[in-house]
Amino acid sequence: MDQLFVNLKNMALHLIGVFAPDWLVSLSSILISVGAMTFLGIFIMMYLTLMERKVIGRMQNRIGPNRVGKWGLLQPVADAIKMLTKEDIVPEPADRLLHFLAPVMIVIPALLIFAVIPFGRNMTALDLNVGLLYFFAMSSTTTMVIFMAGWGSRNKYASLGGMRSVAQMISYEVPMVLSVVPVLLSVGSLSTGKIVEAQADLWFVLTPWGFFACVIFFLCGVAECNRSPFDLPEAESEIVAGFHTEFSGMKFALFYMAEFMNAFSIAALTATLFLGGWQGPLLPSWLWFILKTYSLLFVMMWFRGTLPRLRADQMMGLAWKFLLPLALVNILAAGLHLYLGGPAGFASALIILLGSFMGLSKVNRSYVPEKREYVLAD
Amino acid sequence: MLFGMGILRGLGVTLKNFFASYYKKPEEGGLFTVEYPEKRLPVKERFRNFPFLVYDTTPENMRCVACDICAKECPPKCIYIVRDNDEAGRPLKKPAIFDIDFTVCMNCGICEEVCPFDAIYMDHEFEIADANRLDALLYNLPDLLKPNDYFQKIRPNDAAQVDARRLEAEEKKKAAVAAVKTQAAAKDIKPE
Amino acid sequence: MEKTLQSGDFKEKSFVLRGERDVDTQTLEINVGPQHPSTHGAFRMNILLDGETVVRLKPVMGYLHRNHEQIAENMSYAATMPYTDRLDYFSSMSNNFGYAMCVEKLASIEVPERAEYIRVIMAELTRLVNHVSLIGFLLNDLGAFFTPVVYAFREREKILDIFEEVSGSRMMCNYLRFGGVKTDIGANTLEGIKKIVRAFPAFLEEFETLLTKNEILCMRCQNIGILRPELAVNASITGPMLRASGVNYDLRKVDKYSVYDRFSFKIPLGSRGDVYDRYFVRILEMHESVKILEQALKDIPQGDIINRKMAPFVKAPRNFKPAVGEAYARVEAPKGELGYYIVSDGTAQPWRYHVRAPSLINLTILEDMCLGQKLADAIVILGSVDIVLGEVDH
Repeated sequence: MDQLFVNLKNMALHLIGVFAPDWLVSLSSILISVGAMTFLGIFIMMYLTLMERKVIGRMQNRIGPNRVGKWGLLQPVADAIKMLTKEDIVPEPADRLLHFLAPVMIVIPALLIFAVIPFGRNMTALDLNVGLLYFFAMSSTTTMVIFMAGWGSRNKYASLGGMRSVAQMISYEVPMVLSVVPVLLSVGSLSTGKIVEAQADLWFVLTPWGFFACVIFFLCGVAECNRSPFDLPEAESEIVAGFHTEFSGMKFALFYMAEFMNAFSIAALTATLFLGGWQGPLLPSWLWFILKTYSLLFVMMWFRGTLPRLRADQMMGLAWKFLLPLALVNILAAGLHLYLGGPAGFASALIILLGSFMGLSKVNRSYVPEKREYVLAD
Repeated sequence: MLFGMGILRGLGVTLKNFFASYYKKPEEGGLFTVEYPEKRLPVKERFRNFPFLVYDTTPENMRCVACDICAKECPPKCIYIVRDNDEAGRPLKKPAIFDIDFTVCMNCGICEEVCPFDAIYMDHEFEIADANRLDALLYNLPDLLKPNDYFQKIRPNDAAQVDARRLEAEEKKKAAVAAVKTQAAAKDIKPE
Repeated sequence: MEKTLQSGDFKEKSFVLRGERDVDTQTLEINVGPQHPSTHGAFRMNILLDGETVVRLKPVMGYLHRNHEQIAENMSYAATMPYTDRLDYFSSMSNNFGYAMCVEKLASIEVPERAEYIRVIMAELTRLVNHVSLIGFLLNDLGAFFTPVVYAFREREKILDIFEEVSGSRMMCNYLRFGGVKTDIGANTLEGIKKIVRAFPAFLEEFETLLTKNEILCMRCQNIGILRPELAVNASITGPMLRASGVNYDLRKVDKYSVYDRFSFKIPLGSRGDVYDRYFVRILEMHESVKILEQALKDIPQGDIINRKMAPFVKAPRNFKPAVGEAYARVEAPKGELGYYIVSDGTAQPWRYHVRAPSLINLTILEDMCLGQKLADAIVILGSVDIVLGEVDH
């Protein structure tokens, strides 16, 4: 049961190997993996949109979509048909090459990240030695593409949204990378497969440095995906829809797809790095992975349904003045924990981290709510 | 407290609502969506939408006497009445034309308040949308006439009050007519 | 580089355009246009931006002008009542209240006690509806994706059901008449109102837990759009905006109109006058409204619901001809001081009819509050001023 998909793939390869030469077998192995990833990516994205609408609906005490098919299960199909049949409008002064390339180039890294995610035991499509570095490289390409989209639309508001988004993504890359360093200290390898195997005894989130690192990584990841509460560049902010204003029809569908695929990758990576990946008793490994990833996605949708948006300068201030120092202190705390070991290390790491959290809250007084007095007069 | 406690408490409220929507009843905070058009909420009795004319037993016995008061009092002037004439050209107490333009009517209920003959009342029908923009919502006399039973069905309390009042008025009229007749009979006998 | 500042413009803050110092930059003029998801209706703001900072803001209104005053000058007095519903379409009972009070002052009509209590109950229910919806819309502008709106509308639905039971229509009530109210409230309806009032504090508790100490809300709303009390009084701002700046002025305590002097309630005052204060003052006002409602529901007497002398005019409104004279009456509508000014010349139509709309007057200092803030804050400040375009444009 645990190795179900691996066995299926091996059976298929044996079948091909009966009547085909070796090079064809290895080619078809690659093709099966790639095909599975692509299909998985699109399928996940479609049903994530439905899950988001129903989850947010339930939080607001209403039913989500339920007209198209039982429980709304055909709603994504209806949305896809709608997006495909829309007219593709390119504004006249826009740069046609950039306008055409931007949606395509934003989906490609989003799909490529799926290659290093360990979906289960022996189920990583491409177990690179530098898997984590590959992930960071791919997610940084997205930044440039968003700016391409905003600039190529030749629209004041789109370029404004594009620039804001670039600033946001660059600001949140730094704490994200730094918060992963303690994990590397502990494991000693960048490969995602080895990171999961190192969590066989204790998930990293249960250590003090791991908990803080998980929270920082998750928040930065949410900011990277341009989701609430950091969705200033995208949602109907003061002015229209930000960098993807001028894209309609299939191009907009590709942007939307990329956003959800990014969200899935961030959730999957948080589960891999901190929550133990596919480790877990009883159930098959890929089922554990799905459970962990989807609960993190539920948390993302939970944030979207509850929290208001941050303003641009406050958002960047949060990254540079709060999360970055906390991530740096986290590395120190992780070092102490690993060097001293045992309860002494645990306690010292915890004390340092809590102290720095309080200290940073005091220093950033503009982010902490003030106490107000209200008079009730006659 | 800690920086972030406010957000966490807010998240707690939303999560509570998320779970409550599955098992709690509407009054206590569960789902209160009524899935129209399969299920509908009943309208309240005094709900006023567009007007209709009441007739007693047959459409010939309509209560309206074409006095034109509702047309004069209507704020957006959406009622148009023309009195009927009989063959000799003398005016009858019935309208020949009684048009209400529902695209103009603003559901204020003033026509119902000012009618002295209990003829026009506000209906509960609201699913009367039509694709024809020009005259689908211009209702003529045959469309507006509805029986008193319908009025009693949709607004039982008000209809009961109106019926009681009309019955009382009729009793008084009959009693007055009977009193005049007995007086006249008495006067006839006397000179004999 | 264009300079659009005149010498008398910035008395309150000393504000220097960035371009004056070193770099030759340009200002950007945008329209937060009539079609926009965040303006509360068809309302335009012409903003001159330097980077992201607002340098000049001009509100442009009039997209919803419907000629209300001129229509009223051509109709009998009773026929204007349904039109006043549509001024501030969220709180139709308060609009009716102001108009009825003005005509009663003009023609010296007395109102029986039960009718006064009913009017107060309806006005306070309207205040609850309005404040809770406004907080929902403010959070919508902030980006909370509609969740507070839906929670607020859950309570609003219950109150609108009461309005439908009482007057026949959920929003355009047309319920008050000169000398009283149109129809009586039954015992069932009173029970319904009591149930709502009992459940409301628990709902406010939940709402406050979601919002009041939320760090993101505080970051976005505190110290934004500060309105100093002297400026507020000079610009004739009224309503919760004035009280959030610290000025103790509530018409229910100052004028003591209707039967408000029989209820004990307090007036919440803010201290800084920023967006957060306006939001919190409204929450405290809702608590006070619940107190008034509890007292009114307990003490409501039996009796007439309309002055007997006005009863013949119900069937023949054309005959209602008040004496020659003028009257100005004002009520504490949820948005501020709603005033009606009528001049009568003895005929059945008023000679002059004017509405003092609080949203319009409160909009005049939008520019002073927004200068020097970012564009995102300008939207939030507009949300906290609490405008309804029906009132702004009559």
